[in-house]
Parts: sequence; structure tokens; C-alpha cells
Amino acid sequence: MTDRAFCVVRAGALTTVQDLGRAGHAHLGVPRAGALDEPAHRYANRLVGNPETSATLETTLTGCAVRVRTDTVAAVTGAPCPVTVDGRPAAWGAPVRVPAGAVLDAGPATAGLRSYLAFAGGVDAEPVLGSRAADLLSGLGPAPLSDGGVLPLGTPYGPPATVDAVPRSGLPLKELVLPCVLGPRDDWFTDACLRTLATGRFRVSSASNRIGLRTEGPSLERRKDGELPSEGMPLGALQVPPNGLPVLFLNDHPTTGGYPVVGAVPERFLAAAAQAAPGTSVRFVPRRSRASG
Amino acid sequence: MSTGTTGGRAPAGRSRLPLRPLPVGDHGLLVELDDDTAVEAFHAELLRRAAAGTLPAVREIVPAARTVLLDGLADPGRLAAELPGWDIPPATAGDRPAIEIPVRYDGPDLADVAALWDTTPEDVVRIHSGTEFHVAFCGFAPGFGYLTGLPERHHVPRRATPRTKVPVGSVALAGPYTGVYPRSSPGGWQLIGTSDVELWNPDRDPAALFSPGTRVRFIPVSTESQEA
Repeated sequence: MTDRAFCVVRAGALTTVQDLGRAGHAHLGVPRAGALDEPAHRYANRLVGNPETSATLETTLTGCAVRVRTDTVAAVTGAPCPVTVDGRPAAWGAPVRVPAGAVLDAGPATAGLRSYLAFAGGVDAEPVLGSRAADLLSGLGPAPLSDGGVLPLGTPYGPPATVDAVPRSGLPLKELVLPCVLGPRDDWFTDACLRTLATGRFRVSSASNRIGLRTEGPSLERRKDGELPSEGMPLGALQVPPNGLPVLFLNDHPTTGGYPVVGAVPERFLAAAAQAAPGTSVRFVPRRSRASG
Repeated sequence: MSTGTTGGRAPAGRSRLPLRPLPVGDHGLLVELDDDTAVEAFHAELLRRAAAGTLPAVREIVPAARTVLLDGLADPGRLAAELPGWDIPPATAGDRPAIEIPVRYDGPDLADVAALWDTTPEDVVRIHSGTEFHVAFCGFAPGFGYLTGLPERHHVPRRATPRTKVPVGSVALAGPYTGVYPRSSPGGWQLIGTSDVELWNPDRDPAALFSPGTRVRFIPVSTESQEA
């Protein structure tokens, strides 16, 4: 292995390699995967001069630390956190020079849940179906980071362009407000139940993960019994399992499923969902589809 | 009857499929059809139009048991309005031959399936290997296909207690479907055999041996004659 690599000093609770994912393979049962807070991932890449398709590290709550084997430029975005280089404070949300042998540490999130670490040249893990994203449902892509593991870095693309506009990320969050287009299976639920969706006080469950944001709160009871034949599940689907607690499907969601989808959250709101820590209050704002008039 | 009919009603004598587009977020449609044959015909039509460049750009086309999901459309309302006017020919076997999957019919549930079918294990093998299957859709795991083809009298329930570990290559039945496990996983399907065929290999093109529309035949082999 060349010295364009880093060694994992502290993997944290869950740190994965992510990029923009492998859309277009859902018909084969392959989840999309990719960075959950996509604007934060894109921004981190821009800060270090990478194309937005380069792979970054996505941390969960506790951050991570890596020792680089080459002089590099890195950036930490997404959930704000203390950043250090060999113990010295460094900037969050800005390019940071990390000399060969130094440890870049992205600490615990002070708000939100997931930070993104970009390195000049990107994390050069082996692509699968055109993407380096770790897919935790089906196990495609690189395994989550583990202490002592080594991952290669790609060749830098050159000096970063000036970043003049900060894209919207999912932060900061006191209450997660999720617009939700009703359907395709809202007819499986009573009107009272749809009112509960609109007015109920939900919270992010600690059982949430990259597959779905699980909720705690009022239970949505079905109007119809029986089973729904398996059908395609979109990113952002609000699926209601038999316990009545809605699950918002995130990037590693199964491609088909048999529980009714009461509504779908437009993708641009999913970055905020990805940054909502367990316990965050959740409010759904259901509306009818524009397409159905 | 002329234009102006509502919903997906097919005018008499035309090959229009009854279909019902349902909204999925701001950029998706879930198109509901009457049965798996209609899904197959509609899915084939979508692929034909995509290949011909006459389908609007779409990120995912996901057929399933009674539906096809289209996601990533710029203007789903416009496509939804056009769909009832499509002339969709019935699905055909296509020009590609069926993929042949050698199977050792040695599954632990073969006798149970024979009892459910009210026949002998030998007859299960004869009937299963004499059926041409069709990959209705994929899901559950990369490369896992839900294969249809068995008549309704040969549909079977899932096992009352799922197994914590179903071996890779297991050929299994549940409901109307036959499946082959692309990797070891928990599962509640009835295991009737084993195959050494590699169903999923992301380094291969195509990665998945089974994709929606693929035709499949299972070829019985003796336990000794199939080498890994």
C-alpha cells in the first residue's frame, strides 16, 4: 500500500465510508446507500477540492479519529464537533492541513448526529456498482471503520475552489419538521389516524439507524386488515409497521416491503432527519400530492 | 366509447391495461395493476420506452407483486395522465432463453412440501423442474428474485418458525414464489433444494443473475454430479 492512506485510531460508535450512493439498482434489491446528510457530504468535498462524488467518512454521534500517512487537507462538516490535529484545536467547516503522521480527531457532535470528514483525493475504498458507499442493510461496500483499520486515499484534485455559499445542511435542530406527501397507501388509514399524523407529538427513537428513522409516539391504526403484496419502497417513505409507529426510510432502506406507506417525505428534507438525534421531537406536515391535483 | 373516459378503464377491444397511478412524494408514482401478468407487461413496456428514449428520465423502476414504482421523475403528474392512453402488448417470453439453474433437490422441507401438495417428493421435483419460472421482482437482498410460475394449488405457506440461518444457494418456496438465497441469511421459506450457482457477484456484469423479467428453469442434478 502507498502512503496515501489513513489508519483508524478511534472508529467511534459507527463510522462508514459514504458517497452519493448507488441509485438505479433498486430493481435488483440493491439499496441506494450514500451520505444521509448529502448537502454536508457535498460541502465537505468542495472544501478540500474534491468532486462531490468523492467518498467521505460519515460519523455517528461520537465522531472518529484517523492518523494520516501523508500530508493532506481535510474538512469536517455536518454535525458540529470539536476538531483537533494532534490535539491542537482546528477549524470545523473549513479546510484543515493535516501533516503526515498527525491524528485528525472529529469529536462528539455538539448538535446533530452525523459529521462528515473529507480528505483531498477522497477515501479510495473499492467501489461496488460504481459507488464506495457502505450499505448497512445488504453489506455492500466497505465495512464500517474499525480501530486499527487502514483505508487508502485518492490523488488530490488540486487546490480547492473558493467556497462562497454554504449549502443547507440538516442543522441546527430543536424540532424536526417533516413535510409529507400523503400516499400511496393513505387509504389504509382512518381519517382520525391521518389527523394524528398531522397533530401527534412524535420523537426520534433510539432504534433509528441508516435504514430508517424510527419514531415513538401515537400509534397509527390501520383501516384495512390483511397484507399488502410487496411493493417498491422509495427513499423517504413513511412506512407503518403493525405496531403503528411510523418509520421514515433513509438511504439503506429495503427496496421492497409489505407494510403500507402512508406518505413520503421529499428528499430535500431527509438531511434534517439524518441529523435528528434520538429524543428529538418530530412533527409531520401531511399534504396532498400536487400531481394528483 | 371515446377519449375522456376516467381512470385506467380500457376501451373495449383495445389492449389497454387497467392501471392506477398513485402519488409517491413529489417525484414518484406507484402504478397499481390487476395481477402479476399485467405488471410484467407494463414493466416490459416501460423498459421498451426507456430504451427507445421516449420515457421521461427516471431514477428507479421497481416492479413488485402488483405494482411498479417509478421514482425520480421530474413531472409524475404528467406521466400519470398519459399512462391510461398507453397501448401495452401482453408480456411475451422474449427472445432470450431461460437461465438454467442446476439444483440438488435435497432440501430439509422437501417432504413437508410434498405433504402440502398432497403428493410425493419425487413429484415435487418433477413438477418444480418442469415449470418455467419468471422473475417477477427482486428484493430482500441483492440478487434475490421472487420467481412465479407455480399454479395456485402449489402455493405454500412460510414455515411457522423461521430458520435463523438458511444456507447460501437454498432453493425455497413461499406463497406463490420460488427463490434462491444469494447468501446465507435468516429465512422462513420452505427449503426444497440447493444450487451452487452464483446469483450475485458485483464484480460480474451483470451482477445479478436474476433481474425482473428473467426466465428460469431448474434442472435436477444428483447430489454427486454438481461440483462447486
